[in-house]
Amino acid sequence: MGPIATTISRLYGTRGWIALGAFAAVLFIVFPVFSLLVPPSSPFHVSQYWVTLIGKIMCYAIVALAMDLVWGYAGILSLGHGLFFALGGYAMGMYLMRQIGREGQYQADLPDFMVFLDWKEYPWHWWGTEHFWYAMLLVVVVPGLLAYVFGYFAFRSRVKGVYFSIITQALTFAAMLLFFRNATGFGGNNGFTDFKRILGFTIATPETRMALFAITGATLIGALLLGRWLVTSRFGRVLMAIRDAEQRVAFCGYNTVNYKLFIWTLSAVLCGIAGALYVPQVGIINPSEMSPANSIEIAIWVAVGGRGTLAGAIVGAGVVNGAKSFFTQAFPEYWLYVLGLAFILVTLFMPHGLVGILRKWRATT
Amino acid sequence: MRTVFFLLMLVLARPCLALDAAAVGKLAFGDADERSAALAVLVAEGDPKMVALLEALAAGDVQTAGERVLIVKGDEAIDAVTGAKVTPLPKEREDVVANNRLRREIESALSALKLLSPDRAARLAAAQALATGAEDAVLPLVKKAMAQETDPAIKPMLELIAATLELKGGTKESRIAAIRRLGDSNSPNTKTLLMALLEKDKEGRFAETDEDVRAAAQASLRAVEGKLVWGEMGGLLFAGVSLGSILLLAALGLAITYGLMGVINMAHGELIMIGAYTTYVVQNLFRAHAPQAFDWYLVCALPAAFAVSALVGMVLERVVIRWLYGRPLETLLATWGISLALIQMVRTIFGAQNVGVENPSWMSGGIQVLSNVVLPWNRVMIIAFAALVLVGMWMLLTRTRLGLFVRGVTQNREMASCVGVPTARVDTLAFGLGAGIAGLAGCALSQIGNVGPDLGQGYIVDSFMVVVFGGVGQLAGTVYAALTLGFANKFLEAWSGAVIAKIAVLVFIIIFIQRRPQGLFALKGRAAET
Repeated sequence: MGPIATTISRLYGTRGWIALGAFAAVLFIVFPVFSLLVPPSSPFHVSQYWVTLIGKIMCYAIVALAMDLVWGYAGILSLGHGLFFALGGYAMGMYLMRQIGREGQYQADLPDFMVFLDWKEYPWHWWGTEHFWYAMLLVVVVPGLLAYVFGYFAFRSRVKGVYFSIITQALTFAAMLLFFRNATGFGGNNGFTDFKRILGFTIATPETRMALFAITGATLIGALLLGRWLVTSRFGRVLMAIRDAEQRVAFCGYNTVNYKLFIWTLSAVLCGIAGALYVPQVGIINPSEMSPANSIEIAIWVAVGGRGTLAGAIVGAGVVNGAKSFFTQAFPEYWLYVLGLAFILVTLFMPHGLVGILRKWRATT
Repeated sequence: MRTVFFLLMLVLARPCLALDAAAVGKLAFGDADERSAALAVLVAEGDPKMVALLEALAAGDVQTAGERVLIVKGDEAIDAVTGAKVTPLPKEREDVVANNRLRREIESALSALKLLSPDRAARLAAAQALATGAEDAVLPLVKKAMAQETDPAIKPMLELIAATLELKGGTKESRIAAIRRLGDSNSPNTKTLLMALLEKDKEGRFAETDEDVRAAAQASLRAVEGKLVWGEMGGLLFAGVSLGSILLLAALGLAITYGLMGVINMAHGELIMIGAYTTYVVQNLFRAHAPQAFDWYLVCALPAAFAVSALVGMVLERVVIRWLYGRPLETLLATWGISLALIQMVRTIFGAQNVGVENPSWMSGGIQVLSNVVLPWNRVMIIAFAALVLVGMWMLLTRTRLGLFVRGVTQNREMASCVGVPTARVDTLAFGLGAGIAGLAGCALSQIGNVGPDLGQGYIVDSFMVVVFGGVGQLAGTVYAALTLGFANKFLEAWSGAVIAKIAVLVFIIIFIQRRPQGLFALKGRAAET
């Protein structure tokens, strides 16, 4: 077998690849056909609501994957991943705001909220955001750089476990307060919304939405394969060893800080990309994405699916968010009970999540 | 009977009710400027008897019939100048409509007339009303009142009002004199007034064009600020201690559950909330069944809040947390789930809106220490209460058998168990104690802030910061950390605004923990190694 074939068989077995292929077929063939080609009158038509919802959940699944990489494989529980997600979203949002042009409420060159604040020009951090590729660079660099600097100091001074979780929570809380200020220049409370175009395409047409949907799906699959490739490599083994006994790994001569820092920064970058895909589909980004509650919810997606499995993270994000959109519409007052109980029951009775239950069931039959 | 009384009053009052007929006529028939001038004439006479006319004018009860000005109430009418009853009511009448400007002037004049009232409270209320904005016309009246005022609280207010009015108009000399007089004041309002004179508009021009006036204002402002600076510092210190004591109360329970037991309890904030809602329920019970003892409902609410929160805490420990000892990250997630469920439960029972918890009367108001420093009673009480809880907790941990057990179990669980300490029961009791103290905090916080389902969420990040900053397992560290963070927050706030101050403090803690993960005060000995 050639090196590529070895890699392919290393990532997933035959069944795994078939499942992944089926998933890809649904995303790239079934959804576009039933949404764009089948007329709305047909019962098989997939409406915009479903395209947006599934697109949104796939963004969350990327975040869950990123979370699983640091929590499931390196044992670092972050309570601040919502911050990286929101930063990527804001970077994309800045580009989208500039694409509105003069079509805002005030028909001015500046975005509405700046007109409202009586600003005459863009603040410095908006420089260059009218160029798509520069904005995409920001999507990757800003969360990555912040994670790198934060992680460098935290891991170097051996802040770990719960301490690390609490300071990441403080970090996202501080950022939320910062972004809530109007003077910060990101639209305060309301954030960014009312987007019109992306790369010249009108954002609300079914075709644009389907394109965004497909890009998100491709990113998700790409992130899954990348993650899988990482955790099955030598790097992944060291990472898991660090999770289980960091001191021993360090005594074996590995610089554990670098390993943790790499996976931590990569995870933040993935979150940023997910945020950038999320904003044009959902059409709004505001500081509440950075609230500590949002970030901690990411952990439960991973826990429900089963941590340290990657596929479980995607399943968990799908199940929890699917339940969320069902409950918040049908029984809004019960959603917090369900979510709260999920936190309690999963930690008490399902330490390996849904994937763990499936494996156990398969092992007994 | 009332009509007879009214007539009698009229007859008796008649000799003094000789208002200036010309002025009254102008007030009714003149144009806007003439009416203002007429009002000023009438007010300058300072005749308290004209209050009736002004009140009627403001209420729209003044009508004209030919040359005569009448005050019409229902079917009765009296002549505004002579006070004589007019019968029969003339057929042809026209309403005198007061526009907004006149209304404002009338309101101001009515307040000014009350300045001469023999009742102190009425004078004080009138002075306060005028302090928010007086019309030029009342200046002579204010001066007259100032001359005969003896009350030390009211007189400076009158001086300020008079000076404000003189500043607005008048000659340069009189304005400068007024500014000089303001320099003797020690009221924060004076400072605002003087600062307004020195402000620049957008193009960089001064609002006040006269340079001499500006120089005088600058000098007076410096004098006033010199007097205010001590008060401001004192106020800031008090605000720091006050915030510190609130943080301490919120964090003390956590110092036990997290600091001593190592349980990450994300539902700590919700235990505080439960304490606050218990206070609300006790308050309602008192209002319904014992309104005469309402002032003392807190005496009942404190133990109730402690008991309810402690009970909830102990149940949680037995049902959930017990199974997760030694797995801090799982504990964190499970307790977060508990907090979500508790929030929703409170929403279901009490509604999503904030509920009203009223201060007992002995807690409202405050002590005036300096002209610009008022210490509100509820804040003072909370500082005292925090100190009390701290001392009580310290006694409990160091002077009782339970405290000994708790310390023993946290230092070496196996050894404690070997010598016969029931460690499982000690865990439950210790967690209950931490939860109960959170309940006490909730009872205290209900007296100074809103009580709603999200109450606890606002404190959870802060209280973890306090415990982590102070050093886990250290009561003294928690106290220092709470006070330090309280001061830091308030001083930064005065300098940079509330949000930036909060962000700065959070960032500071994040950096601090990275430099010194063991907190301000590290435990020495074996416990520090784990």
